[in-house]
Amino acid sequence: MLDKNGIAKRIAQELQHGYYVNLGIGIPTLVANFIPEGIEVEFQSENGILGMGAFPEEGDEDADLINAGKQTITAMPGSAYFDSATSFAMIRGRHVQLTVLGAMEIAQNGDIANWKIPGRMVKGMGGAMDLVASAENIIVAMMHTNKRGESKLLEKCSLPLTGVGCVKKVVTNLAVMEIKDNGFYLVERAPGVSIDEIVEATDGRLIVPGDNIPEMDI
Amino acid sequence: MAINKQVANVEEACKGVRSGMTLMLGGFGLCGIPENSIAELVKTGVNELTCISNNAGVDDFGLGLLLQGKQIKKMISSYVGENDEFERQMLSGELEVDLIPQGSLAERCRAGGAGIPAFFTPAGYGTEVQGRKEVRMFKGKPHILETALEADFAIVKAWKGDSSGNLIFKATAKNFNPLMAMAGKTTIAEVEELVPMGELDPNEIHTPGIFVQRIFQGEKYEKRIEQRTTQPKV
Repeated sequence: MLDKNGIAKRIAQELQHGYYVNLGIGIPTLVANFIPEGIEVEFQSENGILGMGAFPEEGDEDADLINAGKQTITAMPGSAYFDSATSFAMIRGRHVQLTVLGAMEIAQNGDIANWKIPGRMVKGMGGAMDLVASAENIIVAMMHTNKRGESKLLEKCSLPLTGVGCVKKVVTNLAVMEIKDNGFYLVERAPGVSIDEIVEATDGRLIVPGDNIPEMDI
Repeated sequence: MAINKQVANVEEACKGVRSGMTLMLGGFGLCGIPENSIAELVKTGVNELTCISNNAGVDDFGLGLLLQGKQIKKMISSYVGENDEFERQMLSGELEVDLIPQGSLAERCRAGGAGIPAFFTPAGYGTEVQGRKEVRMFKGKPHILETALEADFAIVKAWKGDSSGNLIFKATAKNFNPLMAMAGKTTIAEVEELVPMGELDPNEIHTPGIFVQRIFQGEKYEKRIEQRTTQPKV
């Protein structure tokens, strides 16, 4: 079974040379720590920066330089700043190749819910709806089950949707799955996790193509 | 001869902002917010405001200050966490809240300033955001119709400006500011450094002065940081 860093490390293997990537808050942010050697990627944050770098050293924080999670950051050499409309033009216009974000629920047809729990304080969708509606390639990074042990991979989402039929791939602490043929198509198992354990933790339709599902190479 | 937009101070800049008006306020979180103008609105006590702003500040800074004084009737935003008083007013029904996907919010401001009454976007299709909005297929994909936003006053914050109203923003403090500057019937710009006309390089202007009606240098900037994240010095 993977921890949060393990999930991020596996997703980092999906990065390709020349990609512009938008990372959501939480596990997705960790992906930046595992960029494969020898490739160049740039991170976009929707509040208006391309080429986002690491957190600043103590004392070097700049109130004018933050990411979409409102954290102080640094800018890499060659980075650029822009307004919010230009930022979402990059996203809607499919100039950003990969979006990685977290989710509360994913449905087997690729629907995603990650912004609202009815009856609780509603904080808003931020840029999530624009991101999921437009991105060419969306990978969801999340734990397979919630804190109560219930599956987050469902036949149909129970929470209000963020987007419909948009998720392409899900990486959890247990498995890598593609959304295909109206199901979660099992591609890889996490180290030491059996197919049965994945079946057990998945409420939606899990497609298991044969008995030889490879283990993740991380 | 360029037109002079300079006003003496924040009081003069905010003249005419009355109760019941719709305001746009630039900023993302607490980054790039017009803090001097917000303080002035707190002082004048205008209320029943509709505020279009990506966020709603924190309890004791930014738009949170206007919320404390119950001066806001309605918020139009994309994300409003980080604010207990906001939550209280929203749950008690005192405050009306309209949540909009961030990209749609930005484009609706831009459209308002650019003379485009509405546009189609895929964001929000199939969600609560769609509501009764018109849906149309383009390139085989469903899109929803979003309308432009305008405001009686747009209040923005820039790094540098000149007396013609030309603005230059710094880093990610740009965010919604240039878009809202375009969409105000009257746009107030507060800047950290106001220079005489002719001193800014025209090649480097982000917002041309035509979008700005009043400009002044803010008296002081606290520039509070919401999430101070660092790594140890090596």
